[in-house]
Amino acid sequence: MDPLLEYLNALIYLGIAALIGVAMLLLGALLGPKRPGRTKLAAYESGNEPMGYAKRFPAHFYAVGMLFILFDVEVAFLWPYAVNAGKLGLAGFAAALLFTLVLLLGLFFEWRKGVMKWDR
Amino acid sequence: MRGPTTVEPVPGRTDELIINMGPQHPATHGVLKVVIGVEGERITRAVPHIGFLHRNHEKIEEARTYPQIITYTDRMDYVSGLQNELPFILAVEDLLGVEVPPRAKLIRTIFFELFRIASHLVWLGTGMLDLGAITPFLYTFRDREMILEITEKTAGARMLPNYFTFGGVRRDVHPDFFKDVAHFLDFFETRLPDYYALVLDSPVFQARAVGVGVLSRERAIARGASGPVIRASGVAYDVRKAEPYDAYPELEFEVPTRPEGDVFARFWVRFKEMEESVKIIRQALEKTPKTGPYKGKVPPRVKPKPGARYRAVEISRGHLGTYVVSDGSERPLRVKHRSPSFANLQLIPDLFVGARFADAIAILSSLDPVFGEVDR
Amino acid sequence: MLWQLFVTAVKALVLILALLFTFAYITWIMRRGLARFQVRLGPNRVGPAGLLQPIADAVKAIFKEDLTVARADRVLYWLAPLIAFTFALAAFAVIPVGPDGWVVANLDMGVLYVFAVSELAVYGIFLAGWASGSKYPLMGGLRSIAALVGYELALGMAILPVVLMAGSLNLQDIVAWQQTHGYFILWQFPAFLVYFVASLAEMSRTPFDFAEAEQELVAGFHTEYASMKFVSFYIAELLHWITGSALIATLFLGGWAAPFGLPQIPVLWLFLKWAIFIFLVLWIWASWFRTRYDQMIRFAWGVLLPAATVWFLITAYYVAKGGAL
Repeated sequence: MDPLLEYLNALIYLGIAALIGVAMLLLGALLGPKRPGRTKLAAYESGNEPMGYAKRFPAHFYAVGMLFILFDVEVAFLWPYAVNAGKLGLAGFAAALLFTLVLLLGLFFEWRKGVMKWDR
Repeated sequence: MRGPTTVEPVPGRTDELIINMGPQHPATHGVLKVVIGVEGERITRAVPHIGFLHRNHEKIEEARTYPQIITYTDRMDYVSGLQNELPFILAVEDLLGVEVPPRAKLIRTIFFELFRIASHLVWLGTGMLDLGAITPFLYTFRDREMILEITEKTAGARMLPNYFTFGGVRRDVHPDFFKDVAHFLDFFETRLPDYYALVLDSPVFQARAVGVGVLSRERAIARGASGPVIRASGVAYDVRKAEPYDAYPELEFEVPTRPEGDVFARFWVRFKEMEESVKIIRQALEKTPKTGPYKGKVPPRVKPKPGARYRAVEISRGHLGTYVVSDGSERPLRVKHRSPSFANLQLIPDLFVGARFADAIAILSSLDPVFGEVDR
Repeated sequence: MLWQLFVTAVKALVLILALLFTFAYITWIMRRGLARFQVRLGPNRVGPAGLLQPIADAVKAIFKEDLTVARADRVLYWLAPLIAFTFALAAFAVIPVGPDGWVVANLDMGVLYVFAVSELAVYGIFLAGWASGSKYPLMGGLRSIAALVGYELALGMAILPVVLMAGSLNLQDIVAWQQTHGYFILWQFPAFLVYFVASLAEMSRTPFDFAEAEQELVAGFHTEYASMKFVSFYIAELLHWITGSALIATLFLGGWAAPFGLPQIPVLWLFLKWAIFIFLVLWIWASWFRTRYDQMIRFAWGVLLPAATVWFLITAYYVAKGGAL
C-alpha cells in the first residue's frame, strides 16, 4: 500500500474518534436534566464563596515549559539518526555523541541554575 | 498574641493564590477549614478556621445530671470514644470519694488501651489515604473492627459505648472477653510487621515524611501540644506517667519519643505506641481476675460535694482534661474540657507556612485532629 | 481507493468500539482487582459478579446534569474533554494487533506518531485546568503539565535505543525484529525500566498520580467537570493506561507475535501480554504511596532522562560498530 495512504488512515481514525467524542458530549448535554443555579455553577472552593483570581501561573512553570520545548526539539533530531544509525557507522555515532553531550551539558547547566528547585 | 484571623489577597499581587482548603475537602479529616496562600507550591500564609462541628457540649452538660453527661463526653473524640469518658469520671469520682475496685480499674485500662489502638488504626488508614495509598485504609479498618466487636460484646455499642461509669464500669465483661482480647492481640502482633513494611519502611513514604513539617521542642511546648505530637518533638510527656490514673501505676510500659519532630517522627511514635498498648493490655489481662467486683459503691443519686476537680488522661491524641465544678446538686455548675486536638491545631500556622502544598496534607494527618473534640 | 478508505473506516470504528468496551471492563477489573488487594469484594450487585456495573455507570453518567461553571472559559471548557478523549484514543491506531492488515494505520513513523498524540493529549488536561476558572483544577493542570512533560522526554529517550536496534520507527517492523532476534525486554532491559517508570507517570497512576492527587487537589484538573464531560476525561485517563500497557507489550514483549513458537492468533497474544502490564500497574497502585510532585519532576529530569541518554549512547555505539544484527 502507498505509505502516504496510511496517514490518511490515521486521519480517518482520528476523525471517527473525534466524532464519537462529540457524540458522547452531546448525548450528555442533551439527555441530562437542566437545573442550573447560582451556587451550582460556582467554582469549587471547598464549600466557600469563590474568591480571588484563578488564571495565573507561577512563573516557574514557564521555565519548565521552555526547558521541555528545548529538549523535546533537540531529542527530535535524534529520531532520524536512530533509524539510520547502522548505515551511518562510527562517524554517525561520533556526531550523535557530540550532540547528546551538548544536550546533557545543557541539562547540567539548567540543573545548576536551579530550574529544578521548586522551593525557594 | 493574636494571629491574623483571615487571609486577604494582597492588592496587586497575583502570584499568590489564596486557597480555601475545607470545610468541603477530602483531606481535612472532617470539617477543618484552612485558608492558605500559596506561591506556586509553597505555602506563604495559613489560617485555620474551626467551629463547623460545634455542638455546645460544655453548656449542655451544665443542664444534665452527672450520669447523663458521660454520654456527651463520648462524642467529643468519637474516634477513641470510650477514652473521653474517663477524665470526667475520674474527676467526679474524686468529688464523690468513691473507691474503685482494682478489677474495675484493670478493665477500664484494657478498654482504654484497646481504644488507643483502634484510634491509631483509624489515623493510620486515613493518614495513608491522604498520602495516596489506598490499601492500608481497608487493612486497618478490618483490624479496628475486631476491637469494636469486643467492645460491642461487652458494652453493647461499638464506637460510643458509654461503658465507664462512676466507681468502675457499667456491667461486667462478656465471658468471652479475655479470650477475644488475647486473640486480637495475637492477631494484631502479626499485622504490625506488615504495617511497618507498608508504611514506615517504604522509601516513598520516607521521602515524603522525613524532614517535613518539623516542630521544634520549644515550639511544641509553647503551643501546648501534647500526645504523640509533643513526644515526636522529644518531650517525654505522657499523662499516664505524669499523673497516673486507673491501673497504670502497676503496669510497665515505655513512652516512645523521638527528637526530630517531623512527620516521620510523629508516625513512628504512634506506631510504637500501638506496640506499647499491646504490652500494656497483655500485662493487664494477666492481672485481671476472671470474676470479681466491677463497680464500687456509688450512691444511687450522684450528688458530689461542692468543690472543683481537674483530672486528665492521655487519650490517643494527647492530654484530655476535664474540669468539673460541683455546687452539691445533681448537675454540675460548670464542665470544661481541655482537648488535645484543639491545642495541637494551633500548630497549623507554624507548620504550614513554608511547607509545600502537598506536604500540608501529610502534616495535617500527622497531627491527627478529630473535630468532634476540637469544636466540642 | 474508496473501498480502501471504507475498510479503514470500518477498522477504525471496530477498534474504537473495542477500546471503549475495554475501557468499560477495565473499570470493572480495576474495582474488583483493587478490592481483592484490599480484602473486600468490590461491586458485585449489578449482574453476575457485578459484570453489568459499567453499563449501569454509563447510563447514570449520561443522565447526569451537564454543568458549565459560570467562571469557565466556555469554548476551551468544552474543547478540553474532547481533546483528551480523541488523543487518548489516537495512539492505538498504530499499534498492530496482528500481522499485516491488523492495524488501522501502519505508519512508517508509528513510534513518533504515538509520541505526538500523547503530547497533544496533555493539552486536554492543561486546558481543562485553565478553562475551569477554579483554583484546584488550575493547580492540578499545572502539576500535570510540568510532570508529564518531564516524563514525556524520558519516555522518548527510553524508546530511542529500541528504534536504534530495530532500525525502524514502524511498530510492525519492531515486532518483526523481536520475532527474529528476541524480545527487547532482554536486549534493552535498562530502557525497559525507564520506559515503564515513565509510563506510570504518563498513565497518571500511582506513584505518580499527582495530577489528580485526590487529597490535596480534590479531583485535580477535572474537579469542575460533570456528566459526560467528566466521563470523557475518565475514559481518556484509563485509555492511557490501556494504550500505554499495549505499547510496552509491543515495544518490549514482542507485541502480537506468539511466544515459544505457539500458533499465531491475532489479538490474543497482544491481549495476554497487555494483561500482564495492566495487572502490574494495578498492583503498584494498590501497594504504593503517591510521591511528592516536585520529587518526581526532579526524578524525571535528574535520573530518568540522564540514565536513558547514557543507555542510548551505549546502544548507539553498539549499533554503529556494526553490531547491528
